[in-house]
Amino acid sequence: MIEFHLDARSGVAPYLQLIHQVRHALRLDVLRQGDRLPTVKEVASGLAINPNTVLKAYRELEYQGLVGARPGVGTFVTGTLSGASVAAHAPLRRDLTRWLDKARRAGLDEESIEALFLATFRATGTRQEEDIA
Amino acid sequence: MTALDAQGLGKQYGRRWALTDCTLQVPEGRVVGLVGPNGAGKSTLLNLAVGLLAPTTGAIEVLGGVPADGPAQLAKVGFVAQDTPLFTSLTVADHLRFGAHTNPGWDAAFAQERITRIGLDPDQKAGKLSGGQRAQLALTLAIAKRPRLLILDEPVASLDPLARREFLQDLMEAVAEHEVSVILSSHLVSDLERVCDYLVVLAASRVQIAGDVDALLASHHRLIGPRRDPAQLPSGQEVIEGRHTDRQSTLIVRTDGPVLDPVWMVEQLSLEDLVLAYMSQASGTTRGRRPVLEVQR
Repeated sequence: MIEFHLDARSGVAPYLQLIHQVRHALRLDVLRQGDRLPTVKEVASGLAINPNTVLKAYRELEYQGLVGARPGVGTFVTGTLSGASVAAHAPLRRDLTRWLDKARRAGLDEESIEALFLATFRATGTRQEEDIA
Repeated sequence: MTALDAQGLGKQYGRRWALTDCTLQVPEGRVVGLVGPNGAGKSTLLNLAVGLLAPTTGAIEVLGGVPADGPAQLAKVGFVAQDTPLFTSLTVADHLRFGAHTNPGWDAAFAQERITRIGLDPDQKAGKLSGGQRAQLALTLAIAKRPRLLILDEPVASLDPLARREFLQDLMEAVAEHEVSVILSSHLVSDLERVCDYLVVLAASRVQIAGDVDALLASHHRLIGPRRDPAQLPSGQEVIEGRHTDRQSTLIVRTDGPVLDPVWMVEQLSLEDLVLAYMSQASGTTRGRRPVLEVQR
Protein backbone atom coordinates (compact mmCIF):
# COMPACT_ATOMS: atom_id res chain seq x y z
CA MET A 1 0.00 0.00 0.00
CA ILE A 2 1.29 3.47 -0.77
CA GLU A 3 0.35 6.78 0.78
CA PHE A 4 -0.22 9.75 -1.50
CA HIS A 5 0.93 13.30 -0.88
CA LEU A 6 0.25 16.56 -2.69
CA ASP A 7 2.59 19.41 -3.49
CA ALA A 8 0.31 22.44 -3.65
CA ARG A 9 3.03 24.72 -5.02
CA SER A 10 4.18 22.45 -7.86
CA GLY A 11 1.58 23.78 -10.29
CA VAL A 12 0.93 20.18 -11.40
CA ALA A 13 -2.75 19.22 -11.35
CA PRO A 14 -3.55 17.04 -8.30
CA TYR A 15 -4.82 14.09 -10.37
CA LEU A 16 -1.56 14.09 -12.34
CA GLN A 17 0.42 14.10 -9.10
CA LEU A 18 -1.44 10.97 -7.98
CA ILE A 19 -0.74 9.26 -11.31
CA HIS A 20 2.96 10.18 -11.12
CA GLN A 21 3.22 8.77 -7.61
CA VAL A 22 1.72 5.43 -8.62
CA ARG A 23 3.98 5.20 -11.68
CA HIS A 24 6.99 6.16 -9.59
CA ALA A 25 6.19 3.49 -6.99
CA LEU A 26 5.75 0.91 -9.74
CA ARG A 27 9.08 1.81 -11.25
CA LEU A 28 10.84 1.51 -7.89
CA ASP A 29 9.06 -1.77 -7.15
CA VAL A 30 7.38 -0.24 -4.08
CA LEU A 31 4.07 -1.23 -5.68
CA ARG A 32 3.75 -4.69 -7.21
CA GLN A 33 1.11 -6.60 -9.11
CA GLY A 34 -1.77 -7.55 -6.84
CA ASP A 35 -1.23 -4.66 -4.40
CA ARG A 36 -4.34 -2.70 -3.48
CA LEU A 37 -4.38 1.06 -3.91
CA PRO A 38 -5.98 3.16 -1.15
CA THR A 39 -9.75 3.57 -1.65
CA VAL A 40 -11.10 6.78 -3.14
CA LYS A 41 -12.57 7.63 0.25
CA GLU A 42 -9.24 7.07 2.02
CA VAL A 43 -7.36 9.31 -0.41
CA ALA A 44 -10.06 12.01 -0.47
CA SER A 45 -10.28 12.25 3.31
CA GLY A 46 -6.56 11.76 3.89
CA LEU A 47 -5.48 14.56 1.56
CA ALA A 48 -8.66 16.66 1.82
CA ILE A 49 -9.16 16.53 -1.95
CA ASN A 50 -12.18 16.05 -4.16
CA PRO A 51 -13.07 12.35 -4.63
CA ASN A 52 -13.62 13.02 -8.35
CA THR A 53 -9.92 13.94 -8.58
CA VAL A 54 -8.96 10.53 -7.19
CA LEU A 55 -11.45 8.76 -9.48
CA LYS A 56 -10.01 10.60 -12.46
CA ALA A 57 -6.47 9.53 -11.56
CA TYR A 58 -7.52 5.89 -11.05
CA ARG A 59 -9.44 5.86 -14.33
CA GLU A 60 -6.40 7.18 -16.17
CA LEU A 61 -4.17 4.54 -14.54
CA GLU A 62 -6.72 1.92 -15.57
CA TYR A 63 -6.61 3.25 -19.13
CA GLN A 64 -2.81 2.97 -19.03
CA GLY A 65 -3.27 -0.70 -18.12
CA LEU A 66 -1.56 -0.36 -14.75
CA VAL A 67 -4.46 -0.90 -12.36
CA GLY A 68 -7.85 -2.58 -12.42
CA ALA A 69 -10.95 -1.89 -10.36
CA ARG A 70 -12.73 -4.83 -8.74
CA PRO A 71 -16.19 -3.54 -7.83
CA GLY A 72 -16.83 -3.61 -4.11
CA VAL A 73 -13.28 -4.74 -3.34
CA GLY A 74 -10.95 -1.98 -4.48
CA THR A 75 -8.43 -0.95 -7.09
CA PHE A 76 -5.50 -3.29 -7.64
CA VAL A 77 -2.20 -3.08 -9.46
CA THR A 78 -2.36 -5.21 -12.61
CA GLY A 79 0.53 -3.87 -14.66
CA THR A 80 4.17 -3.25 -14.18
CA LEU A 81 6.67 -0.59 -15.16
CA SER A 82 9.85 -1.93 -13.62
CA GLY A 83 10.19 -5.18 -15.55
CA ALA A 84 13.71 -6.43 -16.07
CA SER A 85 15.26 -3.02 -15.46
CA VAL A 86 14.98 -3.37 -11.66
CA ALA A 87 17.94 -5.76 -11.75
CA ALA A 88 20.02 -3.02 -13.33
CA HIS A 89 19.18 -0.52 -10.57
CA ALA A 90 21.73 -1.70 -8.01
CA PRO A 91 24.90 -1.46 -10.15
CA LEU A 92 23.71 1.85 -11.65
CA ARG A 93 23.08 3.23 -8.17
CA ARG A 94 26.62 2.14 -7.15
CA ASP A 95 28.11 3.97 -10.15
CA LEU A 96 26.04 7.05 -9.39
CA THR A 97 27.11 7.06 -5.73
CA ARG A 98 30.73 6.83 -6.82
CA TRP A 99 30.21 9.70 -9.26
CA LEU A 100 28.51 11.82 -6.57
CA ASP A 101 31.44 11.24 -4.20
CA LYS A 102 33.78 12.36 -6.93
CA ALA A 103 31.73 15.47 -7.64
CA ARG A 104 31.71 16.44 -3.94
CA ARG A 105 35.46 15.87 -3.66
CA ALA A 106 35.85 18.18 -6.67
CA GLY A 107 34.14 20.87 -4.58
CA LEU A 108 30.68 20.94 -6.20
CA ASP A 109 27.79 21.87 -3.89
CA GLU A 110 24.32 20.26 -4.07
CA GLU A 111 22.97 22.91 -6.41
CA SER A 112 25.87 22.60 -8.86
CA ILE A 113 25.58 18.80 -8.85
CA GLU A 114 21.86 18.98 -9.58
CA ALA A 115 22.37 21.57 -12.34
CA LEU A 116 25.16 19.53 -13.92
CA PHE A 117 23.10 16.34 -13.77
CA LEU A 118 20.00 17.98 -15.28
CA ALA A 119 21.97 19.74 -18.03
CA THR A 120 23.75 16.51 -18.99
CA PHE A 121 20.51 14.52 -18.74
CA ARG A 122 18.77 16.94 -21.10
CA ALA A 123 21.73 17.11 -23.50
CA THR A 124 21.96 13.33 -23.85
CA GLY A 125 18.16 13.16 -24.12
CA THR A 126 18.10 15.47 -27.16
CA ARG A 127 21.05 13.66 -28.71
CA GLN A 128 19.17 10.36 -28.54
CA GLU A 129 16.09 11.93 -30.10
CA GLU A 130 18.26 13.25 -32.93
CA ASP A 131 19.78 9.82 -33.42
CA ILE A 132 16.33 8.33 -33.74
CA ALA A 133 15.28 11.03 -36.18
CA MET B 1 -30.66 17.24 -12.05
CA THR B 2 -29.30 20.67 -11.26
CA ALA B 3 -28.26 21.37 -7.68
CA LEU B 4 -28.97 25.05 -8.08
CA ASP B 5 -30.76 26.85 -10.88
CA ALA B 6 -31.01 30.64 -10.72
CA GLN B 7 -32.72 32.70 -13.43
CA GLY B 8 -32.27 36.48 -13.40
CA LEU B 9 -31.95 36.32 -9.64
CA GLY B 10 -31.56 39.63 -7.78
CA LYS B 11 -31.72 40.81 -4.19
CA GLN B 12 -32.08 44.40 -3.11
CA TYR B 13 -31.47 45.71 0.42
CA GLY B 14 -32.94 49.20 0.63
CA ARG B 15 -31.42 50.94 -2.38
CA ARG B 16 -28.41 48.65 -2.70
CA TRP B 17 -28.40 45.56 -4.93
CA ALA B 18 -26.49 42.76 -3.22
CA LEU B 19 -27.02 40.44 -6.18
CA THR B 20 -27.90 41.43 -9.74
CA ASP B 21 -29.25 39.41 -12.65
CA CYS B 22 -27.70 36.17 -11.48
CA THR B 23 -28.28 33.34 -13.96
CA LEU B 24 -26.49 30.19 -12.96
CA GLN B 25 -26.88 26.44 -13.29
CA VAL B 26 -24.84 24.21 -11.04
CA PRO B 27 -24.98 20.45 -11.71
CA GLU B 28 -25.57 17.93 -8.94
CA GLY B 29 -22.74 15.69 -7.72
CA ARG B 30 -20.18 18.48 -7.65
CA VAL B 31 -18.19 20.32 -5.02
CA VAL B 32 -18.75 23.92 -6.00
CA GLY B 33 -16.47 26.72 -4.84
CA LEU B 34 -18.07 30.15 -4.62
CA VAL B 35 -15.43 32.89 -4.55
CA GLY B 36 -15.43 36.64 -4.68
CA PRO B 37 -14.46 39.72 -2.70
CA ASN B 38 -16.26 40.75 0.49
CA GLY B 39 -19.71 42.15 -0.23
CA ALA B 40 -19.86 40.48 -3.64
CA GLY B 41 -23.15 38.77 -2.82
CA LYS B 42 -21.90 35.29 -1.86
CA SER B 43 -23.81 35.05 1.42
CA THR B 44 -26.86 36.60 -0.22
CA LEU B 45 -26.86 33.92 -2.93
CA LEU B 46 -26.44 31.11 -0.37
CA ASN B 47 -29.16 32.54 1.88
CA LEU B 48 -31.49 32.72 -1.12
CA ALA B 49 -30.65 29.08 -1.90
CA VAL B 50 -31.75 27.89 1.55
CA GLY B 51 -34.78 30.17 1.66
CA LEU B 52 -33.64 32.43 4.47
CA LEU B 53 -34.03 35.32 2.02
CA ALA B 54 -36.64 35.83 -0.68
CA PRO B 55 -35.56 37.11 -4.11
CA THR B 56 -36.40 40.66 -5.22
CA THR B 57 -36.27 39.66 -8.88
CA GLY B 58 -36.00 36.37 -10.75
CA ALA B 59 -36.30 32.85 -9.38
CA ILE B 60 -34.18 30.18 -7.78
CA GLU B 61 -34.66 26.43 -7.59
CA VAL B 62 -32.59 24.04 -5.50
CA LEU B 63 -32.67 20.34 -6.44
CA GLY B 64 -35.78 21.07 -8.48
CA GLY B 65 -37.73 22.70 -5.63
CA VAL B 66 -38.36 26.17 -4.25
CA PRO B 67 -36.02 26.83 -1.29
CA ALA B 68 -37.51 26.04 2.15
CA ASP B 69 -40.86 25.13 0.55
CA GLY B 70 -42.07 22.43 2.92
CA PRO B 71 -40.44 19.63 4.93
CA ALA B 72 -39.31 17.58 1.91
CA GLN B 73 -37.32 20.50 0.52
CA LEU B 74 -35.85 21.33 3.94
CA ALA B 75 -34.70 17.72 4.36
CA LYS B 76 -32.83 17.82 1.05
CA VAL B 77 -30.53 20.70 1.98
CA GLY B 78 -28.03 21.01 4.84
CA PHE B 79 -26.79 24.50 5.68
CA VAL B 80 -23.95 25.81 7.81
CA ALA B 81 -24.14 29.58 8.07
CA GLN B 82 -21.19 31.92 8.50
CA ASP B 83 -19.74 31.79 12.07
CA THR B 84 -21.41 28.36 12.55
CA PRO B 85 -24.24 29.50 14.85
CA LEU B 86 -25.06 27.00 17.63
CA PHE B 87 -27.10 27.15 20.82
CA THR B 88 -24.39 28.28 23.23
CA SER B 89 -26.12 27.07 26.40
CA LEU B 90 -26.97 23.62 25.02
CA THR B 91 -24.50 20.75 25.25
CA VAL B 92 -23.09 18.78 22.32
CA ALA B 93 -25.47 15.88 23.19
CA ASP B 94 -28.43 18.31 23.26
CA HIS B 95 -27.56 19.41 19.75
CA LEU B 96 -27.62 15.81 18.53
CA ARG B 97 -30.99 15.23 20.23
CA PHE B 98 -32.33 18.42 18.66
CA GLY B 99 -31.08 17.25 15.27
CA ALA B 100 -32.78 13.86 15.72
CA HIS B 101 -36.09 15.51 16.60
CA THR B 102 -36.14 18.00 13.76
CA ASN B 103 -34.81 15.86 10.89
CA PRO B 104 -36.72 12.83 9.57
CA GLY B 105 -33.67 11.28 7.90
CA TRP B 106 -31.35 11.78 10.92
CA ASP B 107 -28.42 9.35 11.05
CA ALA B 108 -27.90 9.04 14.80
CA ALA B 109 -25.21 6.37 14.55
CA PHE B 110 -23.12 8.56 12.25
CA ALA B 111 -23.50 11.65 14.46
CA GLN B 112 -22.52 9.73 17.58
CA GLU B 113 -19.55 8.05 15.92
CA ARG B 114 -18.27 11.30 14.48
CA ILE B 115 -18.54 13.21 17.76
CA THR B 116 -16.52 10.47 19.45
CA ARG B 117 -13.94 10.34 16.67
CA ILE B 118 -13.26 14.07 16.68
CA GLY B 119 -13.04 14.01 20.47
CA LEU B 120 -15.99 16.23 21.42
CA ASP B 121 -17.27 15.80 24.99
CA PRO B 122 -21.06 15.21 24.76
CA ASP B 123 -21.60 17.12 28.04
CA GLN B 124 -19.66 20.19 26.93
CA LYS B 125 -21.73 23.35 26.36
CA ALA B 126 -21.49 24.56 22.76
CA GLY B 127 -20.56 28.03 24.00
CA LYS B 128 -17.37 26.61 25.53
CA LEU B 129 -16.14 24.95 22.33
CA SER B 130 -13.21 26.29 20.30
CA GLY B 131 -13.84 27.70 16.83
CA GLY B 132 -12.63 24.49 15.23
CA GLN B 133 -14.83 22.31 17.45
CA ARG B 134 -17.88 24.51 16.76
CA ALA B 135 -17.29 24.17 13.03
CA GLN B 136 -16.90 20.40 13.39
CA LEU B 137 -20.12 20.14 15.42
CA ALA B 138 -22.03 22.25 12.88
CA LEU B 139 -20.68 20.08 10.04
CA THR B 140 -21.68 16.92 11.92
CA LEU B 141 -25.23 18.21 12.33
CA ALA B 142 -25.42 19.20 8.66
CA ILE B 143 -24.10 15.83 7.39
CA ALA B 144 -26.11 13.70 9.85
CA LYS B 145 -29.38 14.99 8.45
CA ARG B 146 -28.30 13.20 5.24
CA PRO B 147 -29.04 16.00 2.80
CA ARG B 148 -28.50 15.73 -0.94
CA LEU B 149 -26.90 19.16 -0.95
CA LEU B 150 -24.68 20.79 1.66
CA ILE B 151 -24.42 24.57 1.59
CA LEU B 152 -21.53 25.99 3.61
CA ASP B 153 -20.96 29.73 3.97
CA GLU B 154 -17.29 30.48 4.74
CA PRO B 155 -17.01 27.31 6.86
CA VAL B 156 -13.25 27.51 7.44
CA ALA B 157 -12.69 31.25 7.63
CA SER B 158 -12.23 31.35 11.40
CA LEU B 159 -10.24 28.11 11.73
CA ASP B 160 -6.52 27.62 12.24
CA PRO B 161 -4.69 25.69 9.48
CA LEU B 162 -4.90 22.32 11.27
CA ALA B 163 -8.60 22.64 12.10
CA ARG B 164 -9.20 23.80 8.54
CA ARG B 165 -7.49 20.74 7.09
CA GLU B 166 -9.41 18.38 9.41
CA PHE B 167 -12.70 20.05 8.49
CA LEU B 168 -12.01 19.65 4.76
CA GLN B 169 -10.84 16.05 5.23
CA ASP B 170 -14.15 15.19 6.90
CA LEU B 171 -16.10 17.07 4.28
CA MET B 172 -14.36 15.17 1.45
CA GLU B 173 -14.95 11.89 3.28
CA ALA B 174 -18.67 12.68 3.40
CA VAL B 175 -18.65 13.52 -0.30
CA ALA B 176 -16.89 10.25 -1.14
CA GLU B 177 -19.11 8.15 1.09
CA HIS B 178 -22.55 9.67 0.62
CA GLU B 179 -22.22 11.36 -2.77
CA VAL B 180 -23.57 14.59 -1.37
CA SER B 181 -23.26 17.73 -3.50
CA VAL B 182 -21.58 20.71 -1.87
CA ILE B 183 -21.63 24.45 -2.46
CA LEU B 184 -19.14 26.29 -0.30
CA SER B 185 -17.97 29.87 -0.26
CA SER B 186 -14.41 30.75 0.72
CA HIS B 187 -11.65 33.29 0.26
CA LEU B 188 -9.02 30.58 0.44
CA VAL B 189 -8.44 29.64 -3.16
CA SER B 190 -5.70 27.19 -2.17
CA ASP B 191 -8.30 25.17 -0.24
CA LEU B 192 -10.81 25.41 -3.06
CA GLU B 193 -8.18 24.19 -5.51
CA ARG B 194 -7.99 20.92 -3.59
CA VAL B 195 -11.64 20.28 -2.88
CA CYS B 196 -13.67 21.89 -5.67
CA ASP B 197 -14.36 20.61 -9.15
CA TYR B 198 -16.66 23.48 -10.10
CA LEU B 199 -16.06 27.18 -9.65
CA VAL B 200 -18.31 30.24 -9.50
CA VAL B 201 -16.71 33.69 -9.33
CA LEU B 202 -19.05 36.32 -7.95
CA ALA B 203 -17.89 39.94 -8.01
CA ALA B 204 -19.62 43.31 -8.07
CA SER B 205 -22.90 41.48 -7.30
CA ARG B 206 -22.75 39.52 -10.59
CA VAL B 207 -21.59 36.07 -11.68
CA GLN B 208 -18.33 36.71 -13.56
CA ILE B 209 -17.67 33.13 -14.60
CA ALA B 210 -18.89 29.65 -13.71
CA GLY B 211 -17.78 26.23 -14.85
CA ASP B 212 -15.95 22.97 -14.40
CA VAL B 213 -12.52 23.70 -12.87
CA ASP B 214 -10.55 21.56 -15.34
CA ALA B 215 -12.42 23.09 -18.29
CA LEU B 216 -11.78 26.60 -16.96
CA LEU B 217 -8.07 25.94 -16.48
CA ALA B 218 -7.81 24.39 -19.95
CA SER B 219 -9.47 27.37 -21.66
CA HIS B 220 -7.49 30.18 -19.98
CA HIS B 221 -3.87 31.06 -20.72
CA ARG B 222 -1.35 33.71 -19.87
CA LEU B 223 0.26 35.11 -23.02
CA ILE B 224 3.54 36.98 -22.74
CA GLY B 225 5.07 38.68 -25.73
CA PRO B 226 6.01 41.94 -27.42
CA ARG B 227 3.63 44.82 -26.85
CA ARG B 228 0.44 44.24 -28.79
CA ASP B 229 -2.98 45.85 -29.03
CA PRO B 230 -5.42 43.29 -27.55
CA ALA B 231 -7.96 44.30 -30.21
CA GLN B 232 -5.76 42.60 -32.82
CA LEU B 233 -6.11 39.15 -31.28
CA PRO B 234 -8.00 36.45 -33.22
CA SER B 235 -11.77 36.57 -32.72
CA GLY B 236 -11.96 33.48 -30.50
CA GLN B 237 -9.64 34.96 -27.88
CA GLU B 238 -11.24 37.07 -25.18
CA VAL B 239 -8.91 39.19 -23.04
CA ILE B 240 -9.78 38.96 -19.36
CA GLU B 241 -6.84 40.97 -18.13
CA GLY B 242 -4.12 42.87 -19.95
CA ARG B 243 -0.98 44.53 -18.65
CA HIS B 244 1.40 46.44 -20.84
CA THR B 245 4.84 47.97 -20.46
CA ASP B 246 6.33 49.98 -23.32
CA ARG B 247 7.77 46.79 -24.80
CA GLN B 248 5.84 43.85 -23.40
CA SER B 249 2.24 42.72 -23.09
CA THR B 250 1.02 40.17 -20.56
CA LEU B 251 -2.52 39.01 -21.27
CA ILE B 252 -4.86 36.59 -19.59
CA VAL B 253 -6.95 35.21 -22.40
CA ARG B 254 -9.88 32.88 -22.64
CA THR B 255 -10.12 30.70 -25.72
CA ASP B 256 -11.45 27.27 -26.57
CA GLY B 257 -8.85 26.66 -29.27
CA PRO B 258 -5.06 26.59 -29.09
CA VAL B 259 -2.98 29.78 -29.21
CA LEU B 260 -1.03 29.45 -32.44
CA ASP B 261 0.70 32.83 -32.82
CA PRO B 262 4.41 32.08 -32.21
CA VAL B 263 5.18 35.54 -30.75
CA TRP B 264 3.44 34.54 -27.53
CA MET B 265 4.96 32.54 -24.74
CA VAL B 266 1.93 30.61 -23.45
CA GLU B 267 1.69 29.71 -19.76
CA GLN B 268 -0.78 27.71 -17.73
CA LEU B 269 -2.84 29.57 -15.14
CA SER B 270 -3.38 28.48 -11.57
CA LEU B 271 -6.90 28.64 -10.19
CA GLU B 272 -5.85 31.59 -8.06
CA ASP B 273 -4.58 33.52 -11.12
CA LEU B 274 -7.87 32.84 -12.84
CA VAL B 275 -10.00 33.98 -9.89
CA LEU B 276 -7.92 37.13 -9.44
CA ALA B 277 -8.16 37.99 -13.14
CA TYR B 278 -11.95 37.85 -13.08
CA MET B 279 -12.14 39.72 -9.79
CA SER B 280 -9.95 42.56 -11.05
CA GLN B 281 -11.83 42.65 -14.33
CA ALA B 282 -15.05 43.11 -12.35
CA SER B 283 -13.65 45.84 -10.14
CA GLY B 284 -12.36 47.76 -13.17
CA THR B 285 -15.30 47.43 -15.52
CA THR B 286 -18.36 47.03 -13.33
CA ARG B 287 -20.47 49.12 -15.67
CA GLY B 288 -18.85 47.94 -18.87
CA ARG B 289 -19.71 45.08 -21.11
CA ARG B 290 -20.73 41.91 -19.34
CA PRO B 291 -18.40 39.02 -19.98
CA VAL B 292 -19.85 35.90 -21.53
CA LEU B 293 -20.69 33.55 -18.68
CA GLU B 294 -20.87 29.81 -18.23
CA VAL B 295 -18.18 27.56 -19.56
CA GLN B 296 -19.61 24.39 -21.04
CA ARG B 297 -18.08 21.09 -20.01
